[in-house]
Amino acid sequence: MFLFDDVPIDFSPQPGLGAPVWRGRAADGDELKDFAAAVQQSGGRLAALWGSDRRQEGQGFQLDCVFGLDRGHAWLRLELPADDAVYPDLSAKFPAANRMQRAVYDLVGIRHTGSDQRPWLRHGGWPAGWFPLRHDAGAPPEHANLPSDYDFVKVGGEGAHEIPVGPIHAGIIEPGHFRFSVVGERVLRLEQRLGYQHKGVEQRCTGADIATGAKLVGRVSGDSTCAYAWAYAAAVEAACGVEPSPRALALRALILERERIANHLGDLGMLGNDAALAFGLAQFFRLKEDWVRMSAELFGHRFMMDSIVPGGVAHEPDARALAAMVEQCDAIGREVAELRAIYDAHAGLQDRFLTTGAIDAALAREFSLTGIAARATGVLLDGRAYRQGYTPPPPYAKLGVRPATDERGDVAARVAVRFDEVFESLRLLRELAVGLPAGELRREVAPVPYAEGLGVVEGWRGEVVVGVRLDAAGRIARLHPHDPSWQAWPALEHAVMQDIVPDFPLINKSFNLSYSGQDI
Amino acid sequence: MLQLLKRIVKTGLVSEPAPEVGDAKREIDRLNDEILKILGRALTIREVDAGSCNACELEIHALNNPYYNLEGRGIKFVASPRHADMLLVTGPVTKNMENALRIAYACTPDPKLVVAVGDCGCGCGEVGRLFGPNYATVGPVEAVIPVDVKVPGCPPTPLTLMQGILAAVRTR
Repeated sequence: MFLFDDVPIDFSPQPGLGAPVWRGRAADGDELKDFAAAVQQSGGRLAALWGSDRRQEGQGFQLDCVFGLDRGHAWLRLELPADDAVYPDLSAKFPAANRMQRAVYDLVGIRHTGSDQRPWLRHGGWPAGWFPLRHDAGAPPEHANLPSDYDFVKVGGEGAHEIPVGPIHAGIIEPGHFRFSVVGERVLRLEQRLGYQHKGVEQRCTGADIATGAKLVGRVSGDSTCAYAWAYAAAVEAACGVEPSPRALALRALILERERIANHLGDLGMLGNDAALAFGLAQFFRLKEDWVRMSAELFGHRFMMDSIVPGGVAHEPDARALAAMVEQCDAIGREVAELRAIYDAHAGLQDRFLTTGAIDAALAREFSLTGIAARATGVLLDGRAYRQGYTPPPPYAKLGVRPATDERGDVAARVAVRFDEVFESLRLLRELAVGLPAGELRREVAPVPYAEGLGVVEGWRGEVVVGVRLDAAGRIARLHPHDPSWQAWPALEHAVMQDIVPDFPLINKSFNLSYSGQDI
Repeated sequence: MLQLLKRIVKTGLVSEPAPEVGDAKREIDRLNDEILKILGRALTIREVDAGSCNACELEIHALNNPYYNLEGRGIKFVASPRHADMLLVTGPVTKNMENALRIAYACTPDPKLVVAVGDCGCGCGEVGRLFGPNYATVGPVEAVIPVDVKVPGCPPTPLTLMQGILAAVRTR
């Protein structure tokens, strides 16, 4: 079928129970460009982009692009010749493509035609011209790991100066570099340099078996370990033709919603703290601790790592713990409602939250934003909820998720969306716990040689995408985990413009993006 | 404001006793004695994430929640290694963080303690092996700077982290 009338690319639906995905192949770079233009025209977004080396199979290189459409995801592939692997720059249509394209070059060595050819993930750790994801890369060459220069965009004018921050930041937080160009305390421009957390996860996955892949993908971004585990499981299940039982799917949703609430509770506390209300931190962190202790009781791990596995779920929570969980949902719901009233009535807090770090829906669309940051601008996009032409995957289709939105686009909006989502997820948890269907916990997943799959999950931060391709032996030939932070980091650069430097920590926390997820 | 005060009163004190290390003596008493003897008044920690997946950071954050109340016990996280007695380092140390970690270590005044956190930072367990050295990572923390105490776990719980911090203080 054609997804757009005027772009003759034939798409076929991916089988299975996961989020709706259509797969297609672009004949050449022009067709990819045409398709990207049609996606942008229709209000769609760029969801992920990665490259692969398939020369060992007698082919060339390959570029995979995933686009988010109203009805689901279009997974488009472009094959590139081994001797001249160049693809058209997509960043004019989708600015979020810029860093992804640069990362593709750093890892696989296939070039885009855009003007920004600065390295992104490669700092000084390995030499230019050596590409870790090429099959013939071999051991990394001897190389002195020296700090590398980076060509930041300079801002001129009288009184303009730069503040460099990082990679090590002042708090207990992941590393990254922020270069502020300021006049006085006003931010004229922020440019990020990331990649400090790059640990070569994709290379580690290459050649791993399915179970090992799950362990690795579950550690791409620890705060979203369950979302990644589910997206990976969905990709593997789509590839191998396995459908998890309704019970396993319900338990996965229970796990994912618990992860969402855990992170929202933590963020709400930190946001209070960054606006000098230490009371908020103490209260929300108390609730979060109660929450993760309950997760440990249910699934044996405070963050429920390795609980979602290909084929189903690894642990069966016992009935007593589930009953206790429902009770805890009620108690936490009451306390959060009380705390929300305190936050809303606190003039000092609202003064810091309102109009700070604002972005609008047009910018959210331009940057292909998903998740909290998008919904806080009024974009109604939640992979768990129905929208025109889109049916959410089970078990969400039956739950009738009400997505939280707010049109203000500022810190206050991102706080409000988090509060609303806590209450909605508490409701979902009660429904899931009470109506758990019977069935197997976990089904056998027999690897299918050369099979491929794509998994998409609405994590607490936004949309997590995992693409998997197996080799002849049923091991992982290529795996790409994609974090929603790829799209949101560039949007953060815009959110701080015109605000003052001391508001940056608050704005940054209101997005709370993953460094590790982006740096992989 | 009234609601806020009511909430504070209603919550009361929820801090739990500090964990024990090895023997039965309440470690918090021993810690206080030793901190006084070794470091003067209190212990300051600079946390350095040198390549973690951020799960270890979530648990380190939890140390400051009212249950574990690390700051209430005189142990404080500081913004600069120049203010720190101890570096609490998570890993695996990436190539892109190797230099920054060396600089942070050099900036920490002597006598200093280093605690490596997590299976990746300690280079142990299945996860430590999965995240062993490759083109992008140097290896566990001890591959880059000297380590006094290791706190394994994926991630270690706040309780194990507290035990590790206390154990490191006891080494001096």
